[in-house]
Amino acid sequence: MTVLAPTRLDDAVAALAADSSLTVLAGGTDLMVAVNYGQYRPAGVLSLRRVPELHDWHVEGEGSAAHVVLGAATSYTTLLDPALAALVPALAQASRTVGSPQIRNTGTIGGNLGTASPAGDTLPVLVALDATVELASASGRRRMPVSEFVTGPKRTALAPGELVTAVRVPIARGPQEFLKIGVRNAMVIAVANCALVLDLGRRHLACALGSVGPVPMRDRDAERWAEARLDWDGRPALDHALVDDFGRRMATISRPIDDHRATAAYRRHAVEVLARRALARAWVAT
Amino acid sequence: MTGATPTPARTPDADAGAVYQLTVNGTPLTVEGSRPTDSLLHVLRDRLGLPGAKNACEQGECGSCSVLVDGMLVCACLELAEAAVGCEITTVEGLTPVGAEPGDAALTGAVLTDVQQAMIEAGGVQCGFCTPGFIVAIQDLLGRVPEPGPLEVREALAGNLCRCTGYGRILAAIERVVAVRGNGR
Repeated sequence: MTVLAPTRLDDAVAALAADSSLTVLAGGTDLMVAVNYGQYRPAGVLSLRRVPELHDWHVEGEGSAAHVVLGAATSYTTLLDPALAALVPALAQASRTVGSPQIRNTGTIGGNLGTASPAGDTLPVLVALDATVELASASGRRRMPVSEFVTGPKRTALAPGELVTAVRVPIARGPQEFLKIGVRNAMVIAVANCALVLDLGRRHLACALGSVGPVPMRDRDAERWAEARLDWDGRPALDHALVDDFGRRMATISRPIDDHRATAAYRRHAVEVLARRALARAWVAT
Repeated sequence: MTGATPTPARTPDADAGAVYQLTVNGTPLTVEGSRPTDSLLHVLRDRLGLPGAKNACEQGECGSCSVLVDGMLVCACLELAEAAVGCEITTVEGLTPVGAEPGDAALTGAVLTDVQQAMIEAGGVQCGFCTPGFIVAIQDLLGRVPEPGPLEVREALAGNLCRCTGYGRILAAIERVVAVRGNGR
């Protein structure tokens, strides 16, 4: 088994082109568990640890076109950086619920995307924010919405020889919420989670649910329904009937399953509560 | 580095017997005979004779194997050893007492750090299995946040499990260190 540790992105891409059987190692918090337990034996490993471009983040564009560009190897701890948290609050909130300090220091946003677990905590946030993923291969670079990149449980649109290099997250003006249910506040894989974003400039609401379907679940009809009923000008106290109804609509679009962490019925109930609570909290924060 | 060919951490030949160097507690150490899929935890314990990091869950759940890699608190079980070439690795054995020079062989291990001393005095050690992981995590916390609040402490130690459930005394040990360090300032 070869362990490659290139120091330039071009070299990493070239290595993958030369040998698409290489397993990409970002933080290792998923991969090494499988390796330790003998469930997976990589033919070769391409470590991204030493590629500086993948660890950087910066802001591009201005006003309504502004977005944060996060290198794929950005750790959850970096996502908690106050400067970054101010731009994408829900991503920081989600990151804070991931694992422990040890896991957050190691795990990366690119790894969360590459693993594409239905319980991946950043995925509902990225989907709610209409984030796009940047991919690179020997034949060039391309972008696609995160909602298209994650195609199923632990399945992505990544082509052989292709690498996730960055995530582009639009900066929205308005409150954001991320809520998660698990048996502890730390070290827990989501039983259900929910990201909600209010963009006051565009009068736009987005809500995505995680761990209650094969991919993060969103529904533009439910979002439009709420957008049309919110009083964006007056911003009075939120109408409880509206919030309750929104929660029920989101629960309806969820497609949870029974597993060892929870029953489908519990998850459906949980996301109803989470969506309701996320909207109520976000609206109060306007 | 130039050209499009990445530099392998080692030659891609045999499946065992890889030879590479890791910098542990300030000293470059040669790793021989490890399997390429070995975690840093296994290499530290079984190849480098550093058993301070403990092996329990091997899935990042328990924190018993906490070490610092390039100054970041991580689980050694989740690091691929060979991918840690070029990193500065610090284990519980390499934590230096206040006032000692890093890497001072005479002091390392022979004199306790203030965190270790406080764990003993506060009764924070029961079976002792989780203790090295806690020591490293507490050292990391207090290095970043000299006077953490109670919730900050709990959040920082959420990844370290004590199955003797002696958390109260571990928290008391931290209070003791904070108080002693505060008096020294």
